[in-house]
Amino acid sequence: MATTALPSVRVPLDHPLRKAGPRALVVGLVALAICGLWAIFDPQQAVRSYLIGYLLWLGIALGSLAILSIHHIAGGAWGAVIRRPLEAATRTLPLLALLFVPIALGVGLLYEWAHPGVVAEDPILAEKAAYLNVPFFLVRAVIYFAIWLLIALLMNRWSIEQDVAGDPRTTRRLEMLSRATLLAYGLTVTFAAIDWVMSLEPHWFSMIFGLLVMGSQGLSAFAFAIPVLVVLMSTLQLDSAVRPQQLRDLGSFLLAFIMIWAYLALSQLLIIWSANIPEEISWYLRRSIGGWRWVATFLVVFHFALPFLVLLSRNAKQRGVILAAVGLWLIFGRWVEILWLVAPSYETNGFSLHLLDILAPIAIGGVWIWFYLIHLARHAVVPVYDPAFAEEEA
Amino acid sequence: MSTPARLHGVIAEFTNPTDLLRAIEEARAAGYQRMDAYTPYPVEEVSEALGHHGSALPGIVLVGGILGAISGFALQYWTSAIDYPLNVGGRPYNSLVSFIPVVFECTILFAALSAVLGMLALNGLPMPHHPIFNAPRFALASSDRFFLCIEATDPRFDADEVRRFLERQAPRAVSEVDA
Repeated sequence: MATTALPSVRVPLDHPLRKAGPRALVVGLVALAICGLWAIFDPQQAVRSYLIGYLLWLGIALGSLAILSIHHIAGGAWGAVIRRPLEAATRTLPLLALLFVPIALGVGLLYEWAHPGVVAEDPILAEKAAYLNVPFFLVRAVIYFAIWLLIALLMNRWSIEQDVAGDPRTTRRLEMLSRATLLAYGLTVTFAAIDWVMSLEPHWFSMIFGLLVMGSQGLSAFAFAIPVLVVLMSTLQLDSAVRPQQLRDLGSFLLAFIMIWAYLALSQLLIIWSANIPEEISWYLRRSIGGWRWVATFLVVFHFALPFLVLLSRNAKQRGVILAAVGLWLIFGRWVEILWLVAPSYETNGFSLHLLDILAPIAIGGVWIWFYLIHLARHAVVPVYDPAFAEEEA
Repeated sequence: MSTPARLHGVIAEFTNPTDLLRAIEEARAAGYQRMDAYTPYPVEEVSEALGHHGSALPGIVLVGGILGAISGFALQYWTSAIDYPLNVGGRPYNSLVSFIPVVFECTILFAALSAVLGMLALNGLPMPHHPIFNAPRFALASSDRFFLCIEATDPRFDADEVRRFLERQAPRAVSEVDA
């Protein structure tokens, strides 16, 4: 029986985050309007940029689902303190399902395999047509979202149930759900990564790509939840729940996910670079032509080396401001990597950055953050009965 | 009062970490500097209370790791680009991408060895015997008792005074430790 009940702290009505939401919405809607107008004249560029923005925010929501599951299985106060920020992110999945519509409508503008004419002339694509065809692509997307939404629904419902009663059976149910979630998450995200990103260059394949996307999503979830927690800590009384030790643990997790990302990215590069097979290496060649080489270098230095070195320091990990800054910086880094993954699929002449590549992530992000903050404010910002807090007390 | 030279210090035995922590704080407030605490399990606040600020170990490990990375790279660069250049499928002799795993492994190896050896060196280990083991009932420090020893090297050390001081800290027992 979870014996220690923490005070149920909510985001008060006059909290700055309450004002930030509508502002984010305004920014998002303005950016979205520009994207929409642009789409009338250049739908191809609009939907391609939209995909970049979409993947960025979807990564945070899905990563949160995985991190929550790990927490429910493994326990630990680190997870209890960011549980509510992560849960709020998973409750944005209905919005993200809705925001998938432009991608579903723009399949033909995004993917060359969606054109029967192209497939007919390309024996490799003809072989893959049993999987890579528009109806099946859409069916799969529906399946992914059905699974993600169901998991998010149950996980959130039971988590709130635990707040009310602290019933150990609820805790146990969350643990069982989390086991199934990790399995489902691994499969759905692997296939979704193949469908939405890898098939942008349908000749290319990489077995590790799904894992790389999972690692990136875990990183995104921490990079987002930590700044949220730091803002909550600096404005609300959370001392009874959040201690320096937990911030340090979260910093260590961020560090670990940076390393996982770098490890998987390098594994993929090392194998493809060593084999040097035309259909594989051309993917990297496209991404190292002209300015893209500098984008790749930027990722190595600023998505890996710099945050890695900062987070080695114990002091940095205990300072909320530094940790939050690293997190926000990594979200910017996530955008750079997704841009680097998606945009060179269409451009063969080296680096190009379209205005919409910047505006679309802001558009989706503005709406998403507004939606996120509404959900964050709906429940206590720290779970009342997480068993990890009881362990802490003992 | 004269301090017999053969004394290592005066030790107090506590039954719980709270009393130990209070005693440490009192001792530091009273101006004692050379003391050490012994607990059956890590009590995080103790090292803070004792005023242990940072250890040189992270720095040693960092230097070890950097040296490891450099040696790992140097080894590969020297063997494949200088001493015995071999054309493998037309790849450059200095193939940074394929060097990275060994550079990484050497970083970990050197950092881990620096951590172990650095820890031993900083702790003055191996040390066949330590006078603290002369303290009666000291074996309980690995079971359920908490000890605080104010050492004879302390500039303000005076065996009788320290004994009286420790006895005021609600210990279970206070005894002198032979050097």
